[in-house]
Amino acid sequence: MTSLRRPTGGDIDRQTTLRFTFDGTEYAGHPGDTLASALLANGVKLVGRSFKYHRPRGVLTAGSEEPNALVELRLGSAREPNTRATVVELYDGLDARSQNRWPSLKYDALAINSLAAPMLVAGFYYKTFMWPAAFWERVYEPLIRRAAGMGRAATEPDPDSYEKVSAHCDVLIVGGGPAGLSAALAAARSGARVILADEGFRLGGQSVASSAALDNGSVSDWIARAEAELHALPNNRVLKRTTVFGVYDSATYGAVERVSDHLPTRMPGHPRQRLWRIVARQTVLASGATERPIAFGNNDLPGVMLASAVKTYVDRFAVQIGQQAVVFTNNSSAASTIAALHRGGVSIAAIVDARLQPDASITASAQAAGAPLLAGAEVIDAHGGYELRAITVRSREGRYQTMNIDCDLLAVSGGWNPNLQLTTHLGGRPIWNDTIAAFVPDKLPPGILVAGGAAGRYDLTDAVADGQRAGARSAELCGLTAALPIDIDSANNYAIEPLWRVTGGKGKAFVDFQNDVTAKDIEIANREGFSAVEHLKRYTTLGMATDQGKTSGVVGMGILAEHSGRTLAETGVTVMRPPYTPVAIGALAGHHRGPDFKPKRLPPSYAWASEQGAVFVETGLWMRPQYFPKPGDKDWLDAAVREVAGVRSAVGVCDVSTLGKIDIQGADAAKFLDGVYANTFSTLPIGRARYGIMLREDGFVLDDGTTARFGPHHFVMTTTTANAARVMMHLEYCHQWLWPQLDVRMVAVSDQWAQYAVAGPRSRELLERIADPGIDLSNAAFSYMSAAEISICSGLTARLFRLSFSGELAYEIAVPARYGDDLMRRLISAGATLGVMPYGSEALGIMRIEKGHAAGAELNGTTTASDLGLGALVSTKKDCIGRVLSGRPALVAPDRPVLVGIKPDDPSERLRGGAHMVRVGTAVTAANDEGYVTSTAYSPTLGHWIGLAFLKSGRDRHGEKVMAASPIHGESVTVEVVPPVFVDPQGARLRG
Amino acid sequence: MRIPCTYCGNRQLDEFTYFGDATVRRPDSEAADALPAFVSYVYDRTNPTGPHRELWYHGLGCRQWLVVTRDITTHEVLGAQPARDVASRSAVSAKPAEAPAS
Repeated sequence: MTSLRRPTGGDIDRQTTLRFTFDGTEYAGHPGDTLASALLANGVKLVGRSFKYHRPRGVLTAGSEEPNALVELRLGSAREPNTRATVVELYDGLDARSQNRWPSLKYDALAINSLAAPMLVAGFYYKTFMWPAAFWERVYEPLIRRAAGMGRAATEPDPDSYEKVSAHCDVLIVGGGPAGLSAALAAARSGARVILADEGFRLGGQSVASSAALDNGSVSDWIARAEAELHALPNNRVLKRTTVFGVYDSATYGAVERVSDHLPTRMPGHPRQRLWRIVARQTVLASGATERPIAFGNNDLPGVMLASAVKTYVDRFAVQIGQQAVVFTNNSSAASTIAALHRGGVSIAAIVDARLQPDASITASAQAAGAPLLAGAEVIDAHGGYELRAITVRSREGRYQTMNIDCDLLAVSGGWNPNLQLTTHLGGRPIWNDTIAAFVPDKLPPGILVAGGAAGRYDLTDAVADGQRAGARSAELCGLTAALPIDIDSANNYAIEPLWRVTGGKGKAFVDFQNDVTAKDIEIANREGFSAVEHLKRYTTLGMATDQGKTSGVVGMGILAEHSGRTLAETGVTVMRPPYTPVAIGALAGHHRGPDFKPKRLPPSYAWASEQGAVFVETGLWMRPQYFPKPGDKDWLDAAVREVAGVRSAVGVCDVSTLGKIDIQGADAAKFLDGVYANTFSTLPIGRARYGIMLREDGFVLDDGTTARFGPHHFVMTTTTANAARVMMHLEYCHQWLWPQLDVRMVAVSDQWAQYAVAGPRSRELLERIADPGIDLSNAAFSYMSAAEISICSGLTARLFRLSFSGELAYEIAVPARYGDDLMRRLISAGATLGVMPYGSEALGIMRIEKGHAAGAELNGTTTASDLGLGALVSTKKDCIGRVLSGRPALVAPDRPVLVGIKPDDPSERLRGGAHMVRVGTAVTAANDEGYVTSTAYSPTLGHWIGLAFLKSGRDRHGEKVMAASPIHGESVTVEVVPPVFVDPQGARLRG
Repeated sequence: MRIPCTYCGNRQLDEFTYFGDATVRRPDSEAADALPAFVSYVYDRTNPTGPHRELWYHGLGCRQWLVVTRDITTHEVLGAQPARDVASRSAVSAKPAEAPAS
């Protein structure tokens, strides 16, 4: 392979050679190269196939706006599609593959799409694939996806790690070109804390390795000095390879740093990418400008390149970019490309300037390069198969014959668009500036100043002066004193006459290279009525690719303006949204994936339960023991049945620490509880606990639990596990917003207490074995619903509650969480001779269904206290949250579905949660629906399945037979409606 | 978005929970028109533009309820006050926030 690398110059390290492969062929490059520059230096011009027509494509740009040179990097699970070769930093062993071609880049079978081109014009999806609708999923979509493809995403989990960090600064500088560096210096010199972020791996933007004059030297020297000074100043941070991709409310910025993407292998302990959330008091947007192409026939041939990219490949990467070049421009900026080509020894066959009167910088550079200047001329067609061979040039006013010029490089400049995307993320709209023929930022988001090319000031000295002003002003706005900016004479001599497209060419004239949208598509869309910019965008897909139309958007708007007879100011631009360039989802997720997606909360007996081989179940964030398997168990049900039997016949222990616990104190604590609970708590005696039900203001049940009174002004509330945080928020709301005059304070103590249910006929005996001498737990001394602080295990103060969820004689005992592990072990060893049985959430659930207690499935946000059979609890003697609206007619209607028990008519049949109930003999339809089943369980106590359900007028229908139908199981079971309490309805056991 | 918690200072949105309109106040439950007043209090909301007063809860911070003034159009946060202070002040003028009877 011939090397097109010039022997000297550029910002590359020729001492080191990096090996890489593209489509299986090995090439060599150097540190400092991008993949694109290394390919060009190896003479590789064909790098991809286009999206729709599969046309051969080459490198168009030298930056993150690249629409053509999209490649797949790395292999297997790390495979990454659609990476822009123009920003991929070369590393040793890099393996890249071209996309969207089969079987090979050169021989692409789907290039035949070009022949079907008439069918693929604007709106073709809408016009062609009309009917039948069922074909979309099975035929059209797979077909379109195969033919019109981007790269292939990896199908395996991402093996890389990502992290997220937050940073705060006085001044954030977006962009490390001359304007950004100058702004950073001005701000940092005044003592501001500065963060400068640049997407490239070298500071300097488009001026890297440029020999342009600045400050009595070259701009590259100036950049080196600026970087060195920034390093020396305190309190600032330079983030290279970091793209600020979005502006968010309250001066918050999102940025992604590519930490390891440029390394052959990941550094241990470092993420692949790091997501930054930067909060900045002030921001200077110095993101530069992007050159735009001109649409003419076959303007997508490899060898047609933006003029600024040509200059970059010559100056920065020292690539012998072509043998014979033509420059096609409508503005003055191409002068620097002409100079670079001349310096780089490329023969310039012609300079085609669309303007009748090219400006002085173009004429001077043409003269210096000894190149013929064709004024008032335009390129109408490019010619070649896989690469550019010649162009056709026409005089716009017929001054001379249309002619063909041989060339292998065409440098095109259609003018420049300020990179103002970040000024529009919060809804700002740019305005049209006729002088530079570009949209420029208008109203800026709070805290942002724009400098340099991003503000439409393209000249180098202007940009530096502008940056300095913006940096100093930002520091002042942060309350610092900045040195007065040095006055630099404006040298702005940028001159342009807009030219969006050249008509009359034979080939397709592309506007959006990535989505294959042509000038003709825009014409058609306008003709068919899609002349509003947002309509045009959606109809043609202009600017909807991953490049977000950085090179194509304004060109498309220009062509639309011409066809619709409007000015560009009237036409406007489409809205630009974050991210500025694509961001990997992995970076947004950071560490929050897989098992680390959310935190795990471990109950106090977790270690002990793990030793017992417990199977755990996630309950919210908690890991609760679900059951404790024993050898010989067929399944979980065997274990749960054994655990239920253990509780009902002897004694069981269950960790209920996950229940929410809130400590409430204050002179008005009782009054406060009367307000938040539907029932009354001010009458609760000290040393007693009471079941309470809490409503939402709309009258539905919010939560339930027991609250115990330990003193005149001291209560301890429990909530359900699921609603712990929500109830806390609700209580704070009631206190701070509704009743601020109440003297009450509360604190969540869920994590501070380990709490175990000790349940079963021998539970009192077990507790007596750990209680300190003199503690009387007899029924007379400590009856049902008692609560007290007692001393256990030789001096440890515990809270003991006589509560029963299982329906048995039962207690809950709470100790400070640090004693939780010890207490569980003590209960198990002390209860060994009593046959103590640890039980998990399955057994707990079975027993609560046997007792008809409502839980999450019943407290589902659509049920009232009355629905649950707890209507009598709602006090009418006092106000409480939800009291008024719980009396709404619809909530007290006699035919509301209310809680009932159900049992199968045939005891061998099982019941299904979620089944709906209809009258026997009626069809299973929504119209016949009379209610639904919320909880089901196999009751070991009764020897058959039981369930809880909400059935219309259910309390009047005990004894009736209804059908419980579960269409998704294909089952329909005849059940008998019964009271919801299946075991010990009189409650004799729990009071014993 | 960032919210200036009066206790913790300027903090990131993810520490807060949005609750709703701070311009509606809980009606008197003993009034003759309590039912329609509560229906309106719970369900009826206007759809304002521009600055609006709303309740936020600093759940991952100091657990303080705040009345935040925010421009609904721009998301600009114009200020925050402790809900407790706002409630205590306006309890005199507006319909009293009924405390539960003892």
